[in-house]
Amino acid sequence: MLGKIGLWFAVFIIVSPAILFFLWMASLSLKYEVDNAAYPPVFFPERIAWKNYADVLASNRFLTYFINSLLVTGTATFLAMMVGVPAGYGIARMAAHKSAIVILIARITPGLSYLIPLFLLFQWLGLLGTLWPQIIIHLVVTVPIVIWIMIGYFETTPMELEESALIDGASRWQVFRYVALPIARPGVAVAFILAVIFSWNNFVFGIVLAGRETRTLPVAVYNMISFDQLSWGPLAAAALIVTLPVLLLTVFAQRQIVAGLTAGAVKGG
Amino acid sequence: MSAVTQTTPAAAEAAPEREWRPPSYWPFVVPALVVVLAVIVFPWLFTIWMSLNQWKVGSPTTFVGLANYVRLPNDPRFVEAVGHTILYTVLSVLLPLIFGTFAAVVFHAKFPGRGFLRGVFIMPMMATPVAVALVWTMMFHPQLGVLNYLLSLVGLPPQLWVFHPGTVIPSLVLVETWQWTPLVMLIVLGGLAAIPTEPYESAQIDGAGVWQMFRYITLPLITPFLFIAGMIRMIDAVKSFDIIFAITQGGPGSASETINLYLYSVAFIYYDLGYGSAIAVIFFLLIVALAAIMLHLRKRTMWTEIGGGA
Repeated sequence: MLGKIGLWFAVFIIVSPAILFFLWMASLSLKYEVDNAAYPPVFFPERIAWKNYADVLASNRFLTYFINSLLVTGTATFLAMMVGVPAGYGIARMAAHKSAIVILIARITPGLSYLIPLFLLFQWLGLLGTLWPQIIIHLVVTVPIVIWIMIGYFETTPMELEESALIDGASRWQVFRYVALPIARPGVAVAFILAVIFSWNNFVFGIVLAGRETRTLPVAVYNMISFDQLSWGPLAAAALIVTLPVLLLTVFAQRQIVAGLTAGAVKGG
Repeated sequence: MSAVTQTTPAAAEAAPEREWRPPSYWPFVVPALVVVLAVIVFPWLFTIWMSLNQWKVGSPTTFVGLANYVRLPNDPRFVEAVGHTILYTVLSVLLPLIFGTFAAVVFHAKFPGRGFLRGVFIMPMMATPVAVALVWTMMFHPQLGVLNYLLSLVGLPPQLWVFHPGTVIPSLVLVETWQWTPLVMLIVLGGLAAIPTEPYESAQIDGAGVWQMFRYITLPLITPFLFIAGMIRMIDAVKSFDIIFAITQGGPGSASETINLYLYSVAFIYYDLGYGSAIAVIFFLLIVALAAIMLHLRKRTMWTEIGGGA
């Protein structure tokens, strides 16, 4: 019995920093400035400031930034899946493990060092001011994640089915498309979810490459900071809106995320 | 799922003999190869080339050889940034390792709601770093922040947190630890799952306590996983950018300016791209060197062969 109480106490201790933080974030976002400036701090306000959310959502810029984020993350993830899933298959089947070293080095390299040359390249190509620079540079995050996770999955899928399909006269592509890919579907889901999250969260590429019209949500939220006047409520509301999709994904796709992270502990940027 | 054995691409049993196979898997790889060459390998090579040039936006470029590299040790701001990076990294590796191991031991036990709570526990590392940083900045606020209120509840004096040069790095490490302890937990949890139960049973018969069992059975067996977690943590902590940039931008003054932050300033505030490239190259080599040192340490203490690839 004592052990049980101790266990629950330990669980409480380790989970509370995360829970309290996000509850406090929600509390900040639902309070008027009077309550946010109160000392001692108010946890449950008497009046709930839904207005903070309404303000953020109503500003037409927010919609622009939201669409930017969707386009950048969506396109970068889509392209990464299109090239990365077959590549993971090819590398696994060719047992070309040395090539994975490139992915590892990409994992180690600081994101900023991609920015310097690519920034110049985009400037020469006249792409700055569009979303393309961000879409392209987000591939630095998404492609290695997808390849890495897919190598791991295709290595564990059984070869026998594929070989008999080949003997029956199927082409390599058909084998991949109709035999290997369906079996590796859980891996595809893992790769997709992680690519989406790390692309969505990316900040460093945006602060350099995004103009006023091409900001993604993390950059837009950062640009909202003005410490001169206290407007914590709308700021916290914006922060929560930006990260809410990811948090929901984390709770609902928890199993896939854990599988993917432990499979390579990949993190973008 | 057996976690860390999969960190290497080379599952040993993956490639049975298939001698009649024509080299026809290449078409699968070519598109990705093109992308990787364009957005990953090209920037590496171009960065090296740029680092050998005086390359500022708006002025003509000239080849200067290693001059940019010679500048580095004589640049007090860079030297200072190296110091900050080391302090930041050491703390941001050790604290998550300690807390993460504790959390893994707890999550290894069975209790109702474990899956859900594990999902909650990993939320900090999946949440958008900038959004998280914003809320931490509010919590650090000396007058209105909730952290000083919490300190006052336990009778501690208020702190200036990220607003004082002496406490800014530990405060940022607090955020980093909060954020990345879950990753260590997941990796160590994978290690714990692989430990057989017999040693614990016989230790219990011999009357060992909880701490003794942890110290003499669990800890040695999860050491390889701690190394992997430590290495990943080290690589990420050295490169840490979002949290520091969004909370302090390297300040107050330059008290929390790490190499990565300084690299950003040189390249994208002063637009000194040649010098910035040199910093990027040295920075990359530093990370590789640290990773190599840790790999070497691991080889010396390893009890299982994890395999090639890394």
